[in-house]
Amino acid sequence: MSTDSPLLEARDLTKHFPVRRGLLARTLGLVRAVDGVTFSIGQGRTLGLVGESGCGKTTTAKLVLRLEEPTGGSLRFDGRDLASLDNGGVAKYRRSVQAVFQDPFASLNPRMRIDAIIAEPLTTHERLDRDEVARRVARLIDLVGLPERAAKLFPHEFSGGQRQRIAIARALSLSPRLVVLDEPVSALDVSIRAQILNLLRDLQAQLGLSYLFITHDLAAVAHMSHTIAVMYLGQIVEMGDAATIASRPKHPYTQALFAAALPSHPSEQREELVLTGEVPSPLNPPIACRFHPRCPHAMPSCAIHTPVLREVNGRLVSCHLY
Amino acid sequence: MSDAPLLELRGLSTHYVSARGTRVVRAVDDVSLSLAAGSTLGIVGESGSGKSTLALTILRLLPPAARITGGEIRFEGEDLLAKSDGEMRRIRGKRIAMILQDPMASLNPLFTIGDQVSEPLRVHEGVGRRRAWSRARDLMKAVRIPAPETRVGEYPHQMSGGMRQRIVGAIAISCAPRLLIADEPTTSLDLTIQAQYLNLLKELQRQHQLALIFITHNLGIVAKMCDQVAVMYAGRLVEWGPVTRIFDAPAHPYTRALLESIPRMGDGRARLTAIEGQPPDLAAPPPGCAFHPRCPKAIAQCREQAPPETSLGPRHTVRCWLPGPAPVG
Repeated sequence: MSTDSPLLEARDLTKHFPVRRGLLARTLGLVRAVDGVTFSIGQGRTLGLVGESGCGKTTTAKLVLRLEEPTGGSLRFDGRDLASLDNGGVAKYRRSVQAVFQDPFASLNPRMRIDAIIAEPLTTHERLDRDEVARRVARLIDLVGLPERAAKLFPHEFSGGQRQRIAIARALSLSPRLVVLDEPVSALDVSIRAQILNLLRDLQAQLGLSYLFITHDLAAVAHMSHTIAVMYLGQIVEMGDAATIASRPKHPYTQALFAAALPSHPSEQREELVLTGEVPSPLNPPIACRFHPRCPHAMPSCAIHTPVLREVNGRLVSCHLY
Repeated sequence: MSDAPLLELRGLSTHYVSARGTRVVRAVDDVSLSLAAGSTLGIVGESGSGKSTLALTILRLLPPAARITGGEIRFEGEDLLAKSDGEMRRIRGKRIAMILQDPMASLNPLFTIGDQVSEPLRVHEGVGRRRAWSRARDLMKAVRIPAPETRVGEYPHQMSGGMRQRIVGAIAISCAPRLLIADEPTTSLDLTIQAQYLNLLKELQRQHQLALIFITHNLGIVAKMCDQVAVMYAGRLVEWGPVTRIFDAPAHPYTRALLESIPRMGDGRARLTAIEGQPPDLAAPPPGCAFHPRCPKAIAQCREQAPPETSLGPRHTVRCWLPGPAPVG
């Protein structure tokens, strides 16, 4: 929160995937995976991105990691538009933005020792002598709370939680400023999740990292994030301060999502707001408000006019109710 | 008579034995609990704690390497371990049904939904094809499949994940079982779909006086659905009791640690209380109480001797040398 300008700024970010079929690969339609999304992440802050499968949260992460090229809109990092960067600038951006994925059993090469896994980004991006690499790897192993002897072991010798620590150490090896966390604890045992969430918060405080935290675990997102953005069918329907969104959601979809979250105590009574139907296909999303066919408060105008994100009670909501 | 529990396990143990008999994994070790008709039990634990093996033991669907080495399973007063394979086949799907985590793995992609929903009726009750299909449509309506008249002739790939899981639910209740065992039934579903499905199960339970066993690692599901909870750790039942009591005053340090490690909406804690260490390897469990290396209260006795099961009241047991009902906080 030191500077006014955010570290990462997405404006009207859009990614459409063409659906092609047949001999001539005619374009039959567009999957509007991410459709005009605007958000920003400040230095040392966490943006939590929530939504159900197919809402576009992982595509958004891929756009931020530059694993996909946007169809439209812009991404600014540290004030510079990514589209304007030369090759050197892109390489520098890639070092500043790293990722930790869901499954630490899939993201670590089983034939590499831990020190080689953690050192790999260092040796590809920086010219360092061997001793310096070893020193940095030892520091990273210590930073994520693994024992020193871990360096010479293979991934299969570790449990899921320890593997996720290794993946975090690798992500931190280039001293990134933003880390994309895509479901970082979902594959872990319950008793291990808290360890990793605590580690991520400690690292943020220690290193001033910014996080883009993607998950479907609402309690974890409320715990970890400063800001929450709720996505539905490629669009942000509500965004604001994490505590505000979690305690007083405004958009009917956010309300349904938080009502569907499981209670933490048997006596906890929630207003049941169970949605009917399922998420429509992003290939052919409903017109106007994309949520209106499932919305318990839908009005005639919801099927005609597209709502825009507006400020309501200290957060942004796109809904005709407000 | 009616006081007798629907299901009762006494000292049940299931071990996996390696081909040469040199390695033994005590996946389920001396488990005792009971379940009344129409009530709901949650079995929680981490991967490898033995909760799925326990379910497969009740159904006698264990893989060849597993042996039920001791104990008793009484279901509606009958001893299930004394049944022949043929008798068990007549119980499974009729009196005890099961729902698995991945609906696509439970459905045959080559048969229509109608064939699969009507199959238990035809096998167990000898209902003719035409009548069984019409019952299948009713069952699909009961699990809220839209347009069951046309859906009944479709194949599993034509349905969404949530619908497939509801079809599996329709198959499970088709013969009006007394007990339904659901192993992580909603893990593959989205949040709003999970809420729909859990509510549907509750409603089916009310209508059919169904007893439910939920096998899950999610304490939220236990809080929402269950009357009783059984907490497993390294093959042992470390605590079993009424759900509200266990959430308010867990007696076992592991139960308490699990409850405290979960982030809660709006509790404003800066740090979660983590459980240090890793779950044990069941082929070489620690001596004494298996939880002692991770337990904040462990004393010398915990390292040497496994604690016996002690009763803390009606239908509430714990395995700990220092059980302490202390409020969560």
